Amino acid sequence: METGFITVFWYFVIAAMVVPLMLGVGWLLRPKAKYVGKEGLAYECGEDPVGSPWIKFNIRFYVIAIVFIIFDVELVAIYPVATMFKSAVLAGNGGLIFAEIFLFVGLLVAGLMYCWVRGDLEWVKGISGPKRKEKVNA
Amino acid sequence: MNQSAAFAHTLQSWTSQLPILSAFPLWAWAAISALGVIFLLALPFGGLATYVERKIAADIQDRIGPNRVGPIGIFQFAADAVKMLAKEDFVPPGGDRFLFNLAPLFVVVGALAAFAALPLGKHLVGADLNIGIFYIISVTTLIAPGLLLGSWGSQNKWSLLGGLRAAAQIVSYEIPVALAILPVILISGTLQVGSIVEQQGWGVGDYHFWNIIHNPFTIISFFLLFIGGLAETNRIPFDLPEAESELVSGFNTEFSGMRFGLYALGEFVDVFVMSAVLTTVYLGGWQLPFFNIDQWVIPLPTGIVALVHFTVFMTKTLLLVFVVMWLRWTLPRLRVDQLMGLCWKGMVPLALINVTGTALWMWIFKGQSLMQLLAKAFGG
Repeated sequence: METGFITVFWYFVIAAMVVPLMLGVGWLLRPKAKYVGKEGLAYECGEDPVGSPWIKFNIRFYVIAIVFIIFDVELVAIYPVATMFKSAVLAGNGGLIFAEIFLFVGLLVAGLMYCWVRGDLEWVKGISGPKRKEKVNA
Repeated sequence: MNQSAAFAHTLQSWTSQLPILSAFPLWAWAAISALGVIFLLALPFGGLATYVERKIAADIQDRIGPNRVGPIGIFQFAADAVKMLAKEDFVPPGGDRFLFNLAPLFVVVGALAAFAALPLGKHLVGADLNIGIFYIISVTTLIAPGLLLGSWGSQNKWSLLGGLRAAAQIVSYEIPVALAILPVILISGTLQVGSIVEQQGWGVGDYHFWNIIHNPFTIISFFLLFIGGLAETNRIPFDLPEAESELVSGFNTEFSGMRFGLYALGEFVDVFVMSAVLTTVYLGGWQLPFFNIDQWVIPLPTGIVALVHFTVFMTKTLLLVFVVMWLRWTLPRLRVDQLMGLCWKGMVPLALINVTGTALWMWIFKGQSLMQLLAKAFGG
């Protein structure tokens, strides 16, 4: 245990060094050229890009993220209980911990059901707005 | 049964007789073990995996595949690396330079730092943390912000779409993955990877065997974890973030040369980490089935035990990696709404049922596995 987080620290340091190392070797080897003409433009299949991609994006990502955070916090809370479960079972009071796990899972199921019924889990939220008219090639 | 030892401790005990090396402090050995695992295992795996994947693809599609560089094309990855290093560096001038540079760092650190807690063998655990499996899950999640930052910094619409998909997908599949590991925690009563592997046993004697056949729910959980892992690592059939037929190349459209190489490396290493986690929690880690190397007739030196453990662990992990590569040429890609539906309406409820089921099983049968119950029923 005493070496545990020292080792983790080294892994982080060395892993973080891999990136500058590789890019540095590349910097030594590669030709240094200025971007020519339209080379610096964003790739849009050969067309000049129209408008910026930095836009406000769809709210459905936000709902998914909120649902994720709720689930993740619940998971963080359930892991310690789950870790205790085996020793509790062997000590003969598994019922109590099982009830606790059941409570956690029940809460998660209730939350999931709520989202499901509200339609937050649907990726396609129905098509609103006027229906597109068929284009007629004149 | 002695406790599994950290890699640094093992190295220190091996070299305690040698003149200069014995003076090295433990933290130095920790650094050396980290260097060794990253530069001799993780990075070569990432390189070789690109070659092996192409060779497997070729075999499945009845082609020859890379065969020019070296015998059967084995040095293809070196040629690729040189090519990537020599490519012109491109940072989108209109984009966010800082985020663009930061992105590969997140991806690579997220994938490589997870190796710290992988139990490569009884004496080869980098850091046998008491929160081991939790550490691995949380560290590999660093990849999601990496992909999102990179796609935002590229100032490219394809990248942005890919990055948003990646964020939504990785974040969503985090839930079934964590829930699919939970049954193992219920069974083992610990988060320490070394202890989880030790408890799975080798199948003879007290009939402790791999967690995958502990009870009916863990079999389902194994497959949930595998599918969730595929989605976490953006592999087919879940490679929507870089779906080349609709998003050009998704989040890495603007990445070229070594920057792309680092992304690819991070992804392959992540596939390895995912397979290693599966091996650890469900397939008995370094344990050989029906054959206990630790309690051999004559006590074996730790070097040989470590080597056998490492070989067994790598065999299981690489078999899973092979299945992942095989799936790529077997399954078509999902649609994005099917992807989210599968996660939230299929896998999450099923994983919750598994957690409850395993808890119930543990409570009713006092922690005995299916195999132990059968052995008892038939007078074993």
